[in-house]
Amino acid sequence: MKRTSIKITSEKLDLQACYRFVEDDACGGITAFIGTVRNDTQGKEVHQLDFSTYKPMAIKEMQKIADTALAKFDIKKIAIHHAEGMLQIRDIPVIITASAKHRKAAFEACEFAIDTLKETVPIWKKEYFSDGEVWVNAHP
Amino acid sequence: MIIKILFFGITADLVHTTHLTLDIDKDVKVASFKAVLESKYPQLKNVNSYAIAVNEAYASDDLILKENDTVAIIPPVSGG
Repeated sequence: MKRTSIKITSEKLDLQACYRFVEDDACGGITAFIGTVRNDTQGKEVHQLDFSTYKPMAIKEMQKIADTALAKFDIKKIAIHHAEGMLQIRDIPVIITASAKHRKAAFEACEFAIDTLKETVPIWKKEYFSDGEVWVNAHP
Repeated sequence: MIIKILFFGITADLVHTTHLTLDIDKDVKVASFKAVLESKYPQLKNVNSYAIAVNEAYASDDLILKENDTVAIIPPVSGG
């Protein structure tokens, strides 16, 4: 049985697919984290975000996160899907779902996965404002 | 020896390319490679910080590069 689902796609992320992947007869709960594109950064209006990836390495790092989550928390399955390309306000750049016998492990696994993804997975976003564009986190 | 270099995010904008090949000394450590790279592209010093990945895995400063390695320049990530 496959317990992890890892994906990077330029197509629209599929919440239902992430949910279905982690469904399990032995589980009492499923948690989902859904990242969404926000319309401002520090008071400045954002128009869109462009996500670029080092895809083969990003897939490996996402797989590591999923494997670590399985080892660290009492969860049954975990899915981590990330989008690439240009996204608009309210679009979904990332979905993480986890299923567990008891809810606490599923919550913890989801939080661990998104926190670690933001630190280690080689994916970059560029914010587009009305007066220009900026790579996020790139400058001191 | 020849190595392949990939640039991502802001570093690709700074050097105006996403990839190139570079001829460097044999048995060079990642730390000295970074020094060579920064002397060739001083604009990289403007980046907050960057990590190095060798063959799709994060590499420490004392890893020794080998012929045909793929070395990626990883500026601060911002996925999610």
